[in-house]
Amino acid sequence: MTTLPAPDPNLARREEIQRLAAGSENRRKIYSGVAMSICGVFLAVALVPLVSVLAYTVQRGIRAWSAAFFAHLPTPAGIPGGGIWNAIVGSLIIDGLAAAVAVPFGIVAGLYLAESEGRVAGVIRFAADVLSGVPSIIIGIFAYIALVRGLGHFSAAAGSFAIGVLMLPIIIRASETAIRSVPSTLTEAGLSLGARRSTVARRVILPTALPGLITGVLLAVARGVGETAPLLFTAIGSQYFASNPTQPMAALPLVVFQDGIQAYPDLQMTAWGTALFLIAVVLVLSVGSRLFAARLGRVR
Amino acid sequence: MTKPMTEPLTERQLGMATEKALTPPPPGNPVMRLRDVGVAFAGRTAVRGVTLDVPEHQVTALIGPSGSGKTTLLRTLNRLHDLTRTAQVSGQVMLGDIDVYGGSISPTLLRSQVGMVFQRPNPFPTMSIYDNVVSGLRFNGARRKALLDEAAESALTAAVLWDSVKHRLKAHASMLSGGEQQRLCIARSLAVEPRVLLMDEPTSSLDPQATKRIEELVTELKTRVSIIIVTHNMQQAVRVSDYCAFLLMGDDRAGQLIEAAPTTKLFEDPSDERTLDYINGRFG
Amino acid sequence: MAQRAVLERDPLKEDQGPDGITGKRLHLPVMPDGLYRTILAAAAALFCLLIVALVVTLVVQARPAFVHFGLGFLTGTNWDPVHVKYGALPFVIGTLETTAIAMVLAIPVGLGTALVLVHAVHPKLRAPLSTAIELLAAVPSVVYGLWALLVVAPWVRSIIEPDLARTTGGTGPFSGPQLGIGLLLAGLVLFVMVLPTMVAISRDVIASVPKEEVEGAYALGATRWQVLWRVVLPSARVGLLGAVTLSTGRALGETIAVTMVIGNSTAIAHSLFSPAATLSSVIANQFTEATEPFHLSSLIALGVVLLAVAVLVNATARLLVRSVGRRSASSVALA
Repeated sequence: MTTLPAPDPNLARREEIQRLAAGSENRRKIYSGVAMSICGVFLAVALVPLVSVLAYTVQRGIRAWSAAFFAHLPTPAGIPGGGIWNAIVGSLIIDGLAAAVAVPFGIVAGLYLAESEGRVAGVIRFAADVLSGVPSIIIGIFAYIALVRGLGHFSAAAGSFAIGVLMLPIIIRASETAIRSVPSTLTEAGLSLGARRSTVARRVILPTALPGLITGVLLAVARGVGETAPLLFTAIGSQYFASNPTQPMAALPLVVFQDGIQAYPDLQMTAWGTALFLIAVVLVLSVGSRLFAARLGRVR
Repeated sequence: MTKPMTEPLTERQLGMATEKALTPPPPGNPVMRLRDVGVAFAGRTAVRGVTLDVPEHQVTALIGPSGSGKTTLLRTLNRLHDLTRTAQVSGQVMLGDIDVYGGSISPTLLRSQVGMVFQRPNPFPTMSIYDNVVSGLRFNGARRKALLDEAAESALTAAVLWDSVKHRLKAHASMLSGGEQQRLCIARSLAVEPRVLLMDEPTSSLDPQATKRIEELVTELKTRVSIIIVTHNMQQAVRVSDYCAFLLMGDDRAGQLIEAAPTTKLFEDPSDERTLDYINGRFG
Repeated sequence: MAQRAVLERDPLKEDQGPDGITGKRLHLPVMPDGLYRTILAAAAALFCLLIVALVVTLVVQARPAFVHFGLGFLTGTNWDPVHVKYGALPFVIGTLETTAIAMVLAIPVGLGTALVLVHAVHPKLRAPLSTAIELLAAVPSVVYGLWALLVVAPWVRSIIEPDLARTTGGTGPFSGPQLGIGLLLAGLVLFVMVLPTMVAISRDVIASVPKEEVEGAYALGATRWQVLWRVVLPSARVGLLGAVTLSTGRALGETIAVTMVIGNSTAIAHSLFSPAATLSSVIANQFTEATEPFHLSSLIALGVVLLAVAVLVNATARLLVRSVGRRSASSVALA
């Protein structure tokens, strides 16, 4: 072993590489800077529609808002003073009914997935994922064939059915995730005390997973409230006040759609006002679900 | 460049330690000089006040218990902390006569002269063996095929990998074993022909056999490149290094340099009591 | 549309975790609560039954159209309820064209945004910017439709389309009357709508590229762009393909916003400025007016085509995104 520096056989190559590196440095830096700037511009491009949608909806929607707007029934085009009271009630009934069925059903199915391994559970999980990607209008067709045709007329209940089907995969997967995050020690403690599984599920698992379950439900409702396509051939919309789910019913997204495509400025204004209300509802639900998710993160 | 692939190991390396006592590093010829180097993350000091000369064409080991800032210090030398926004480096680092943080050299150009090998083998998984080896050259603007081929062969030979991969240079790097992957990463760094090679616990994820081969490699490579190696394994430091720096976490939880000396001196006759405690296994 | 992107990431991630917890729970030697199990299994079975019912119902209802028109249903260019002629080709083309416009824009913009979010933006800005873009996904699609129809369409008609026609000479896909509404606007609004999905998934996939690979590239002297272009993007390519596929699935099936802005013409469009129709928009438009039996059956048949494409695309996307998860999980396990 000698510590004398050996003559470096790679010296020539080192010099060439250093020359190349130094020579190309400015070009590489500029190239990188330009490419990163383009990506930065893309980020701005992505933010522009967000700002634009929100800004226009707020600016135009707020002009439609008044006490009467929320409290009155719609009036024909040209007659002022119309409101969306029937659509608010309609959305509440349609989405409330949908959630009333889909939430317990989805949570129980989620519980099944969380407690099951193997192929069957895998297939169901995969089916839920794929179902969440099926266009909502397809669900609308299904609800039409299954319920509207059978009853012989359009109905809010058919709309609830369609919205419920849309909510299901969201609730199922979110519930499974929330339930899986419950520490097994808690479950074991309950079981070792001699409690039945159903008792443990009701007293231990579900309460512990509650923030996660609520997150999932809020997300599902947020999605359901904004869905328009499945209501087109089910609840179909109405100018009148209706509270009977077997009858056609107005809904907020249907108002935005049906009034928005009219050429009458006052109907368009109603559409903007309703859109603003809809965004407000959806954002409250989304932010709420995020808060619950954050709480869930802390608990974990 | 024509090193035998396997060599007698332990005897030669055990002998080294005693041999080195006679030949301390030439003090007038450091490749890197650190002056009062400190690192802070988001205002919290992680390393402070390190002053150290790194001898050229030797293996310098940074040792110390975990939390002593070895890796943090190592990453100041190729400005890898620049990637962490909260990191702040103070003091002066000289590479030859280049002030590393002085603004005369960009981080990219610096890193082509100060290579790095990481704890875990990190070949680029989507690239072939060949593309991995020449990736650094390509990053640095080298395009000429002959140059790339020559550098690849030279680097793979130096990393004792050429014979086993020369017929499958187009194969995916992930086909190699852990030890081979780490040698591929060494070759990848060598191909750029850096002046200094930083190694951050390069054997911590390898089995004993692969570790042994990397250690042999390290001692062979010092004719080509000056090496700074972080290790938590004192035996490894004894086996591979000529010069050794001992770091320890101070009362303020910041790592600091306790002493630096030729390896034999540091292990046989440390000047600081804390060094003695550490090499006798009293903490860390 | 709302919330899908936000939601899906969590379950996917959780999927990758080891299932030891629930495994243990299952094998505990306790008295099995038969009824409890039955209820759980029944709910799961009912869910499966629902899906089967959905598919069977649609296929049965679409059968008359498929049987009557055969393959000509897909290749026919004429959709004419008055003369009982139903050819779906204009809508297949319209769907593909609007989706293509959306994806041509969404892929570079989405990837660029994701790269900036993960690798360039100040850490303090990362979360708010991500949230802002995810909020785009929460806005109901009917609101996008309203915005596109009343805000973007006039702008497209008076600025974008004349400019495009002028710079290209107004031939081929840039010819014809400039109406605002049409293929181009539908593609643009789809672009905006799939962007959050694209960004959110790409961002997660890019962030999951091991730090070692990124640092390894920097340590060799690569510039930031070289690191991203030559190491990060190739390493993330499978997951990115999943992001693209999932976004494509969204674009293919989006209904209400497209219906509001595409102009709903059943003829094959010869220009980007022409009105057209997609599979979903023609269903939305004509379903309630379909009195003639073949008309309804043909519309449901369009739905079956759409369903088949959506299932195919989504299943592919899931498998792609999932395989990435497994890969990164296993590479973590190796460490």
